[in-house]
Amino acid sequence: MNPQGPLSVTVSAGTGYNFAYLDEGTKRMIRRAILKAIAIPGYQVPFAAREMPMPYGWGTGGVQVTAAILGAADVLKVIDQGADDTTNAVSIRRFFTATAGIATTTRTADATVIQTRHRIPEAPLAEGQVLVYQVPIPEPLRFLEPRETETRQLHALAEYGLMHVKLYEDIARHGHIATTYAYPVEVAGRYVMDPSPTPKFDNPKMDDCPALQLFGAGREKRIYAIPPYTRVRSLDFEDHPFRVQSFDRPCALCGAEGVYLDEVVLDDAGGRMFVCSDTDHCETRRVETRRDETRRADGHTGEAA
Amino acid sequence: MAQTHTQALAKTQAETLSQTRTLARGFADPVHEGQAVFRAAMEALSRPGRLRPLATALVPPAPLTPELAALALALIDADTPVWLDAPLRAEPAVAAFLRFHTGAPLVDAPDRAAFALIADPARCPAFTDFTPGTPAYPDASATLILAVETLSDEGGPAFAGPGIRGTVSFDASPLPADWASRWAANHAAFPLGLDLLFVAPGSLAGLPRSTRPVAPEMSPCT
Repeated sequence: MNPQGPLSVTVSAGTGYNFAYLDEGTKRMIRRAILKAIAIPGYQVPFAAREMPMPYGWGTGGVQVTAAILGAADVLKVIDQGADDTTNAVSIRRFFTATAGIATTTRTADATVIQTRHRIPEAPLAEGQVLVYQVPIPEPLRFLEPRETETRQLHALAEYGLMHVKLYEDIARHGHIATTYAYPVEVAGRYVMDPSPTPKFDNPKMDDCPALQLFGAGREKRIYAIPPYTRVRSLDFEDHPFRVQSFDRPCALCGAEGVYLDEVVLDDAGGRMFVCSDTDHCETRRVETRRDETRRADGHTGEAA
Repeated sequence: MAQTHTQALAKTQAETLSQTRTLARGFADPVHEGQAVFRAAMEALSRPGRLRPLATALVPPAPLTPELAALALALIDADTPVWLDAPLRAEPAVAAFLRFHTGAPLVDAPDRAAFALIADPARCPAFTDFTPGTPAYPDASATLILAVETLSDEGGPAFAGPGIRGTVSFDASPLPADWASRWAANHAAFPLGLDLLFVAPGSLAGLPRSTRPVAPEMSPCT
């Protein structure tokens, strides 16, 4: 029984749920885990993850972190593989609109809290923003050592030789480090961390990022964090330095270069196009391009815009 | 119920508490006030040494300060053993306030506490009296909340580390005489260690264990 409860009850309009779905006791427990996660960058803090009204794998960890930090004045953006308009992103945005009544946006720059599944927005993040990652398997060593008791010891001893052997085996087998997503990083010179299955293209964005990055794994019941302006180093070797993917063509819609592209199959005759995975970035660029073109056309005919 | 209390009574209840045995009120809106205080604490620990405002309308029994009470109500509950320092323990109304509003068990041994509320930071017990966590579970460590008189982010000793761009100056007063060596030892034990939240009237700052003191001669001029 929460003695703070009966004095004033804040329920979201019409839903009958507490603000942002979770009860206050759960939020406090998650909040305490978040504070410890921030104090120990890259260390996975166990927490008592709750059942959420969505299946595991749909972002139950991220949703719980978001629910615990969200305030009435926050503006929420949710992306799924960079897109604002896919099922997972739309569902989670609607969930918080319904249970918290907060404002949502698709514009990266307008958001105060961004929940993401496996991408970091292309637009640089700013101080005051919080990026919440949905994480399926938080333990970077899990596929190398299945026992939790052992991986916990390895983290305690900062014994990450296994991970280097794994990367070395990549080189022995393929001639290069073939890990392309969930590429392990070392946070603040201590803990090796799984950056969630983001493409390794996004790893450099985690380094020295002005925004706070929080990671929530619901099924595995772990929360971890990268504070702002923290050194995040992708593991590599002197003779095989970390390198991100590069694309040999720009985005087919907005012409952006140096961004992460998705392959879209157009027909069954081998037709395909490569477009920005970050839909907001792509749309913003296209609107700007159209505005520039309109302005140029207007200038050419001598008409005022 | 507390709702029937008049505004005037609420104002004077802090003074009359011990006589009338009325209880100071908690958050008027536990959901949003709790969230706002937590977010301030989250920001404080993610940007160590930087001051941020902490507004609260709480009127807790002295020597519990309004800011100390706000953090307590936002962060502690029945799952978190709390240790009170001597001045807070000396006033039974403080324990009554915390027990009623948070349900937290109050412990006598500092090493059993998840949170320590400290109203007299100059006489804060040795940091080694509190639990720094274990190598396997460094998160099972205490968080100290110290009510200081002043906080400053100018001219104090320099700190660096996660959450800090370059270095940051941070000073609080009063602090124990051996504060500098205490903090150096606390950071040196990383990933074990204590995390500190400092509150002063209207403001808040944090120092997580990851924050490293920068030796003055090594501090860059920029």
